[in-house]
This record gives sequence, C-alpha cells and structure tokens, in this order.
Amino acid sequence: MAGVTRTPTNLTQGSTTPAGIGASTLRPDGTLKVTGEFAYSSDMWHEDMLWGFTLRSTVAHAEIRSIDTSEALAQAGVYAVLTYDDLPTAVKNYGLEIQDTPVLANGRVRHHGEPVALVAADHPETARRAAAKIKIVYAELPVVTDEASATAEDAPLLHPGRKDHHAGHVPHPNIVHRQPIVRGNADEAAKRADVIVTGEYDFGMQDQAFLGPESGLAVPAEDGGVDLYVATQWLHSDLRQIAPVLGLPPEKVRMTLSGVGGAFGGREDLSMQIHGCLLALRTGKPVKIVYNRFESFFGHVHRHPAKLWYEHGATKDGKLTHLKCRIVLDGGAYASASPAVVGNASSLAVGPYVVDDVDIEAIALYTNNPPCGAMRGFGAVQACFAYEAQMDKLAKALGMDPVELRQRNAMEQGTLLPTGQVVDSPAPVAELLRRVKAMPLPPENQWETTEGADVRALPGGLSNTTHGEGVVRGIGYAVGIKNVGFSEGFDDYSTARVRMEVINGEPVATVHTAMAEVGQGGVTVHAQIARTELGVQQVTIHPADTQVGSAGSTSASRQTYVTGGAVKNSCEAVREQVLQKGRLKFGTYHPAWATAELLLEGGKVVTDGGEVLADIVDVLGEESVEVELEWRHRPTEAFDLETGQGNGHVQYSFAAHRAVVEVDTELGLVKVIELACAQDVGKALNPLSVVGQIQGGTTQGLGVAVMEEIIVDPKTAKVRNPSFTDYLIPTILDTPTIPVDVLELADEHAPYGLRGIGEAPTLSSTPAVLSAIRAATGLALTKTPVRPEHLTGT
Amino acid sequence: MRVKFTVNGREQTADDVWEGESLLYVLRERMGLPGSKNACEQGECGSCTVRLDGVPVCSCLVAAGQVEGREVVTVEGLADFAQQRAEHGGCGAGVCGGKGTTLDEAKGWAAKPAGTGDSQTGEQVKLSPIQQAFIDAGAVQCGFCTPGLLVAADELLERNTQPSDADIREALSGNLCRCTGYEKILDAVRLAAARGESETAGTGA
Amino acid sequence: MDFLRPASWEEALAAKAEHPTAVPIAGGTDVMVEINFDHRRPEYLMDLNRIGDLREWETGADTVRLGASVPYTQIMENLRAELPGLALASHTVASPQIRNRGGVGGNLGTASPAGDAHPALLASGGEIEVESVRGRRMIPIDEFYLGVKRNAMEQDELIRAVHLPKATGPQQFSKVGTRNAMVIAVCAFGIALHPETKTVRTGIGSAAPTPVRAKEAETFLAAALEEGGHWESGAPIPVSVAKQFAQLASGACNPIDDVRGSAKYRRHAVGIMARRTLGWVWESYRGDGRTAQGGAQCA
Repeated sequence: MAGVTRTPTNLTQGSTTPAGIGASTLRPDGTLKVTGEFAYSSDMWHEDMLWGFTLRSTVAHAEIRSIDTSEALAQAGVYAVLTYDDLPTAVKNYGLEIQDTPVLANGRVRHHGEPVALVAADHPETARRAAAKIKIVYAELPVVTDEASATAEDAPLLHPGRKDHHAGHVPHPNIVHRQPIVRGNADEAAKRADVIVTGEYDFGMQDQAFLGPESGLAVPAEDGGVDLYVATQWLHSDLRQIAPVLGLPPEKVRMTLSGVGGAFGGREDLSMQIHGCLLALRTGKPVKIVYNRFESFFGHVHRHPAKLWYEHGATKDGKLTHLKCRIVLDGGAYASASPAVVGNASSLAVGPYVVDDVDIEAIALYTNNPPCGAMRGFGAVQACFAYEAQMDKLAKALGMDPVELRQRNAMEQGTLLPTGQVVDSPAPVAELLRRVKAMPLPPENQWETTEGADVRALPGGLSNTTHGEGVVRGIGYAVGIKNVGFSEGFDDYSTARVRMEVINGEPVATVHTAMAEVGQGGVTVHAQIARTELGVQQVTIHPADTQVGSAGSTSASRQTYVTGGAVKNSCEAVREQVLQKGRLKFGTYHPAWATAELLLEGGKVVTDGGEVLADIVDVLGEESVEVELEWRHRPTEAFDLETGQGNGHVQYSFAAHRAVVEVDTELGLVKVIELACAQDVGKALNPLSVVGQIQGGTTQGLGVAVMEEIIVDPKTAKVRNPSFTDYLIPTILDTPTIPVDVLELADEHAPYGLRGIGEAPTLSSTPAVLSAIRAATGLALTKTPVRPEHLTGT
Repeated sequence: MRVKFTVNGREQTADDVWEGESLLYVLRERMGLPGSKNACEQGECGSCTVRLDGVPVCSCLVAAGQVEGREVVTVEGLADFAQQRAEHGGCGAGVCGGKGTTLDEAKGWAAKPAGTGDSQTGEQVKLSPIQQAFIDAGAVQCGFCTPGLLVAADELLERNTQPSDADIREALSGNLCRCTGYEKILDAVRLAAARGESETAGTGA
Repeated sequence: MDFLRPASWEEALAAKAEHPTAVPIAGGTDVMVEINFDHRRPEYLMDLNRIGDLREWETGADTVRLGASVPYTQIMENLRAELPGLALASHTVASPQIRNRGGVGGNLGTASPAGDAHPALLASGGEIEVESVRGRRMIPIDEFYLGVKRNAMEQDELIRAVHLPKATGPQQFSKVGTRNAMVIAVCAFGIALHPETKTVRTGIGSAAPTPVRAKEAETFLAAALEEGGHWESGAPIPVSVAKQFAQLASGACNPIDDVRGSAKYRRHAVGIMARRTLGWVWESYRGDGRTAQGGAQCA
C-alpha cells in the first residue's frame, strides 16, 4: 500500500537443520522483533495521516441529554467530529455473538468509558483538546452492579426489549445467558456422603494487560473502500462486524494483521476498528488511533469476575458423591463472549473429576460494570479456582492428602462427563499430579547469604520489609480442565492457502492464512508443518489478511489445532498434486511411482522405503501448485438448555501445578518461590514454544492470585485503577522459576495428536498459589486476588 | 519547537514539536524509529527504554525538549552500539565481576547452530549478542516488551558480565513482560553472558 | 505550552520569577505522566536537566549537600555510608530506569505522601534549600510538608538541594507494596538512630495526608533507651518497649482506604515495620556499635 510505512512483510525462513514438527525451530519473526523493525499496529505511519481520538463517558449509567460538538469542530487542525448521528447506515451496533454494543453511544451510556464521540485531527494533542471541548449533558441513572441489584424486580434493564437468541430462556432480562448442567440426582447422592463441604468464592476482575495497546491505521481507498491495518485475534470476525456499519461490502474493507502486542482474549472484541474506518472515510485521509494505557483499560473487555457457590460430598474413602454449584459471572454492560463463558463455566464446573450426580447452574449478568468477555481460559479459570479450593477443604475434612484425594477422583480416558460426553482421548489427570508432586522441592531459605538476607528473595522484595521475620513456607497443588476450540455446535474451521514453486532452483512453500499471530508462535509452527509435509527447507509465511478465508480466532487454545490442521491439510493436497505431476512426468521411469506410498522429503520425491524417485525441482519445473482449503475439527453439539446434556466440546486440555510460596504472615506479603507445572500437550510441535506458553500462562495465573484486579466502585460502577500504577502485573521479581514437565500423549483425533495448550496452565496456577498460601497461613482464603488485608485480618 | 539530538550516532532534528511531546513520541512518530514501544506511557513497563547519554531511561518520561543536544541509543542502534563497545575493548565502563552462570547451565536449551539463519528475516542482519540470545532462548513471544528489555539487559551485561540470577531479576525489574513468564528472558541473559565469557576465554583475554 | 531551558541556576530562578506557574521538570517521573495522561497542561515546562549543579553532591564534615536532581541510582550507589536510610529508600523507588533519572527534588516538589524519600528524610532530619530571585532560605524538613501534595514553598521558588546530617548511627527504611518491585508505597517507614544526641527519629509515608514523624513513638523510645542505659550498654531492647514503639508508630498514622490498601492495614503494617526496623537498627548498633548500616544486604 503506497504511503504506508511499515506494512507487515513476508516472513521467509530457511533452515539447514531439521526444522519440521517436533523441533524447537526459532521464530521467523524473531530478528524483526529484536531489532525493532517488526511492524506493530501502533507503528503504522502515513505521510498525511490524522490522529483519531475517542471521547468516552465519564459516568457508568446515564441518559445523554445533548452533545454539542460545534466548538470542537471549530478548532484549527480538527478534520472531523463524529457522534451516533453520523453513523452512515442502519447498522449501529456490533458484537461477537449478540449485536448489542453501540459503535457510539445512542442517547445512553451503560458503562464507564463507553465511546461517545470521535475526533480526527492533525496531532494527538489537537484531537484531545478538541475532544475536551465537546459538551455532553448526562442525566445519571441508577447503576446495577451485582446479581441482587441487576435482577431486582424494579432493576433498570440494560437492554430493554432484547431479541437475541438467549432472551427467551433467561429468567430475567438482565441475565445474558443461563446454562444448567444436571445429571443423576445430587440431592439423593448427598445422602451417601460421609463428609460435605461448602464454600462461597469470589474471583476478581482480571485484565489481559497485553503490552501493545489497541491501535491501527485506516486508509481510505480510491474505490470508496478502506484498508485497515490492525492488531486483532480474528480478522474475519472483525470484518463481519465492521463492514455493515460502514455500509461497505466486505471485499471493500481490506484488513491486514499488523504486529500484535499480546492479546489473551482482549482483542476478540472490536476496539478502534470501526472508529478508525469511520474517521478515514469521513475525512478522506488515513487515520491512526492508538490508545494509551488508561484508555486501553476501557478499550477492551476483561475477565468476568465471578461468585461461585460450591457443595461437594465424599465418602470417607475420598470418593466424590455429588456436586452442587452455582456460578454467577458479571458480564458488564454488553454481552461480548458472555454466553460462551457461561457454557464453559457450567460444563467444566466439575473440574477434571468423576462425579456422577451433579446440579450445576451458571449465569452471566448484564450490569453497569465494565463489559467482560474473553480472557485466557474463560469460564474454566473461575470454576477451577473454586473447585480446587473445595478439594483442599474436602481433603482437610477427610484427613486425606489433598493430592491423593484429587487422584482418587481424577477423570481418565473413557470418563463420562456431567454433560453426557465421553472423554475420548488421554486424560492423564492423576499422572500429571504425580509428576508435579515428584519434582524436587526448591531449597529452604534461599534468601540467606553470608552477607545477611538478600531481600530480593524474600516477600516484599526490594521494599525491604522482612529479613526473614514472619516468613512461613507453604506448598499447594491444583489441577484443571479446559476445553480446546470453539464449542457448543459452533462451525469451527480454518482456511489455509499453500503454494509450492521453485525459486532460485529451490523448492519453496508459501503459507497464507488469516491466522492472527499474537505472539504464540503460529507462524513458526506453520512453517514447520509445511517443511514436514512438503519436504522443503524454505517456507514463506504470508502476512495474515482478509484476502484468504477465515482462520477463526486465535483463542480457545485452538489455533495450532485448527489452523495448524488446515495448513497440514492444504499441504497434503499440494503434495498430492505435486506427486500427480511427478507421476505424469516420470511415472514411466520407475514402477514405484504407481505402486509405492510416496513422500516429499529433503527436496525430493521418495518412497516410504526411502528410495529417491525425483527432485521436486524437476517435478515442478516452472509450474507452481496452489490450493486453498477449509478444514474443520469434529463437530460439537449445543448443550441442552435445561439439562446441559450434549457433546459440547471437541478436546480437553489438562495441566497441574505445584506452588511453593513464602508468606510474610505479619505483613501479609507473598513471595512465590516456585510454580512447577506438568501438562499433557499431546504432541509438542515446537517444544521451546510449548514451554514458553506454559510459563506465560502460569504467570498470568500467578498475577490474579496475588495482585491483579480491576477495582470497580460498587456505588458508581466506575473503574478506580485504570493504569499500570495501580493495576499491577507480575514483574520478573514476582515471578518464580517455573519448571515444566511436558507429557505427550497423542489425541488420535487431532492433527499430529496435538492438544491445545495455551490456556490450561492459566487455570491451575491460581488455585495452586492460593492453596500454598492457605498451607502457610491456615486461612480459608476464598477470594482472589489475595490481598495483604486478607492475610492480616485488616 | 525544534529539537536536535543524536540518535544511534546520527544527528537528528525534529521541527514543530509540541512542548508536551515525550522523547518516545518524537522517536516513534517524527524520526521513523518506532522500535521503542509505547506500552504504558507512565514509566511502569520499561517498553520504551533507551539509553540517554548512556543511561537506561524510560523515554516516555523524558520531555522532548530535555533531549536537546544529547545522545540517545534505541533498540534500532543496539547492534552497532554493542559492536563499537566490543571493538573498544573489554567489558565497557562497568564492573567485570559478580557471580555468574556456567556455560553448561546457560546452554541448557538448543541454541541456534552456527550457519543457520533466516534468509530474508535476519541472515544478513547484524545482531548484538543479547539480541541473538533473545531469539535463541525463545525469549520473544509477542515481542512488544523486547526492545526495552534488550536495552536494559545489554546495559546490565555491560556493567556486570557475569550477573547472578538475582542481579538479572533486579536489573530487569522495571520491564514488564506479559507473555513469557520471564523464564526464557532469564535464559537469554544467562546465554548472552555465557557466550560473552566463552568468547573472552577463547581469545585468551 | 512553552518549554523553558535555563542553562544556569540563575536563569532558572529568573524564569520562575517571570512565570511562577512554570512547572519544573527534571526526572519527569510525575510531570510526564500527568502530561501523557492529559491530567495537566502547564503553560510552561521548565527543564532543570541543564543545570549541572543540581546533579552534584558534596560531603562535608557533618552534612551532605545533595543536589535536588542527583538520581536515586547515584544515592544508593555512592551515599550508602553517609545517608543509609535514604540509600535504602532510593533502592525502592520505582524501577532502575526511573531511579536513573528521578531525584529527591521531585519527591519534595510533588510532596505526595507516597514519595519514597520522605520517610528517610524525616528520620534523618535535615533542611531543604530553596531559592527564588528574592533569596535563598532553608526549610527544615519537619516544616516542609503542609498537606496532600502541598509543601512550604512559594510559587517562585525552586528546590536546589537538601542538606542532611551524615548518619551517626544505623538507619533503616521499609516499604510495603503489593508487588516485589516497581510499586508505589501502600505505606512506608523510616527510622534513624542518632546516638550522639541519644534520640531516635522516624518517618511514615502514605499513611497520612502528608509524610509524618511518629513523634510520640520517638519520644517514648528515646526515654526508654535512656532509662535502661541502652545507648551505653547496647543491651537488647525489651520486647515490651519494641511493642509499645510499634503501637505508637501505628497511632501516628491517619490513613485512608484506597485502591492500594485499607486504612486499617496501613496502621497495622506501619506498626510491624516500626518494630522490625527498630530491631534491625538496634541489632546493627549493638553489633559494632557505630556502623551506619542496617543488618541486611540490600543489594
């Protein structure tokens, strides 16, 4: 695209060493990333570009009585000011599943920080100053912030007259979705229990806190369309939501994935996409929008905070008799991914355990709190925190070792889940616990040195709060279960275009997908798959864009499975065409062309016996082979709305953690000493990346265990800590060593036997840390994050 | 206002700078050097770390006007900077000492074999030892924190060629990473330190 | 907005006299965040980085004159013997990058109760050298903090240096944050033994509208040490005395509930830090009597 600097480029990677699947191939974008050359979405630049700015509501719930933009428009350097009235078509809302989110507020704001107006100007400061001159008159409305206030009889309805497909079955219009899972008879089974434990748990609102803020560049095109460079998790989902609002056919909204500075679910929903395009189309100039960190906290959805009520029973030998639970998720003002979060929370509420008699209910609320949606492990994360706390509580009540209790009830391949689905691939839950427990423990008192206490190794760290006083060690365990891929009957597919040709005398494969590389290493793995399937060394990864079919979302631990599967599938089709060309060209020279199983290896066509039949270069000559195919995983089914029965998920992922913590019991400060993880990955396509994913996911779980929470004022529903000063994520001094034990038990239904891995480690990390802190302090600790106040009774 | 300063060894001038602009903004939006990243703009993440007259600072907290006449090194200039330092000898201005990581420990993963490389994405690109180590150790995922971490880690190794793990953690405690859990970042710094040591040993120095 | 670049201290004073609303910027830690987040649009920004004098310190016979812009990194690396409490506090400031640029002048100018230097300055005692074209004056640290983010300076004045007595006894600093690095204080506590006057001074951060001393605790402790002959004997401080000292330190707090912590926790934590830091300084005082270092290696 002329005029734009730093457009995403091809990533071409050659290799002289084995770099197919199973190798720890290095990232093809690594060099660009370490030299500062990688084109992130906030790095886009265009000669005559304008800066877009979003004016957001300062209150959580209000009617907008009036908006006066005249003074803002009159500012020098201001090119456009847009409000709801300027939206060009009848489509004025968007949403992942339910189109309930206004592009710009329509007479009412429902949460703090909702976009109300847009400004385009020649400098960000000009845009900010102009935005400050927009006069909005709000008439504040009462806020609903929890289940009681949201479902009260006279509660203000967030979306009166809603007509979405959940509206009909929910008990109150401020409930987005409700999913019960009922199997057996929990009340009857409870009578068999020797011990019953109950608990009420609170999970705080976590932020994805990806480092690269929402940003992008929209460039108006001569054909009346727009080119949009943006960081997202799913280009085609964005496109489906953007084009109707702009009134453009999808082919006139050409999207290219720019460098993504982390995502973790926070980029599943739209942020600046439509806004940037609207301003670009209105002004006829390229428009760049970059949120700052403050705005980013309002610019994307967060992890659902949850209240969870759990009751477990067990016989005295530690067999679970029943589970009753109720999970209330706060979805905030708009639906986002709430329905899917409810589906995961309910269907995985039992955890990786065998329980025949269950009575489960999960709901998500509409409130005036910030909208919540996708974040790594959604639904399953909140449930895992609660059921693992319950396991510890139950073990204590039974006088049993908590790991043994978990192992006695661990699910395995063949287990019938509460949804009626049978686990049809390895589920090594007990084995993962055994492995993580068997790892050597870190030495005690690592802070002791000959020169005194090294405070960096103690709770409080550099703040010098203890030299060992009050410090108690604790060890805790947890294990979790996460579904992989989009569930509940969603048509979950991906598309891959693969071309093979000869360049400079060498066979080269080009892989083009719309897969959003958000840091997970999909680009590395796609090249590895192409090498394995096509016998080439050199692979080019084309930038992801909407010129190829959808890849689905980089979420739900699905991308290596589904787009990896699509790349493998397309490579196989390319290979078959290459072999066909070979048969036509050379078939007469050797009978094996017709009779043997043929492969592409090391640039050659070989028989499965290893005999070389031809060079790929000779087979292809000047010709190229290209295919674009969609690929699907096995279909899933919706859960029954009353009983929750159904084969809702395609694959499950398991991880177990052991946390070792040291707690300053007087000050209530925690130092996590070690967070060991064992995870089954089916097949590690790239072991280096696998370990990196596990360590990263583990650390996000650690964060929400001890420090991360978006604090919303319950009276005003306003966010109180939208900054990195007060929303804390772990530093390198908060993050312990994370030894990882990777188990590879193939899932025969999945490409190469792989298992989606990204989310499972985020589940069990949090409850393992909590469990360890409980062990150190003897406190019940039912809320995350654990704050010093909880540990000191203050 | 006009601001003139040296970036990566080259004199640069920016005109019409708004007085409230940060060094980060000027680098990214006026000088075509967006390698330094804008992740928090409040000094809480280190993604915008540059060397200002040799000292690692958050460029988001430096007013553009404060840089007049001074020297800035960004991630884009890090390879050259490291090369010049190496050519001018030893461990730079800092202290060569402290507890180290052994070579064997540091090589606990598959380091990139010599002679391999990315044909279009890196083979011809000159990298500093810390940049190469970040790639080899798998310390890069989304990469948004990487430029700031590289500048900070390079400066650490300049001061302390054999840092202990605690030294590494302290030196990098101003740089947030959300993807990696920091383990492979530690690996990368250990690897760069170990390679630095083996190089020194190899030349008999 | 205008950007002023005085090349000398005199030019800076003249500029500040001409534009009393000019906001001085040195390390940028506070000012640039406010500008980046659109919380503040000063008419004039005045860069103090060009005034070399502000980045220098002089160690005299009894005092250290510390330039307002001496970066925290320099303080923790070079002034650990002379100003041990401030050196420890400096080490807890934000991140290495911030410590490389920020100095005590910024903490004093902003006068936020959460500034990390304040408890150490209060515990040490000392004077703030401020100046305007009208002249120079020394403000005792005890009279410097007037209210939330308000100090005793006039609009036309700038902070040039702080004058701090060289430590004659051990000093300690401790700060609670909910992260192990790069964290704003939930609350903080500084303590300094002054054996030559047989007194103890303290400072509390983030637990009242301004940084405060726990004066009752100081008086109580000084009396108890005197009465027990502890200064001479170096005998351990009785548990009851340490406990009472901690309670009085808690009592000196007047904290609020906010997103960083509850008032109740702040009171509690200040008490714990008071007891612990007292233990460390006394242990150090007993150990070799007269070193200025606390007990820990705080790298």
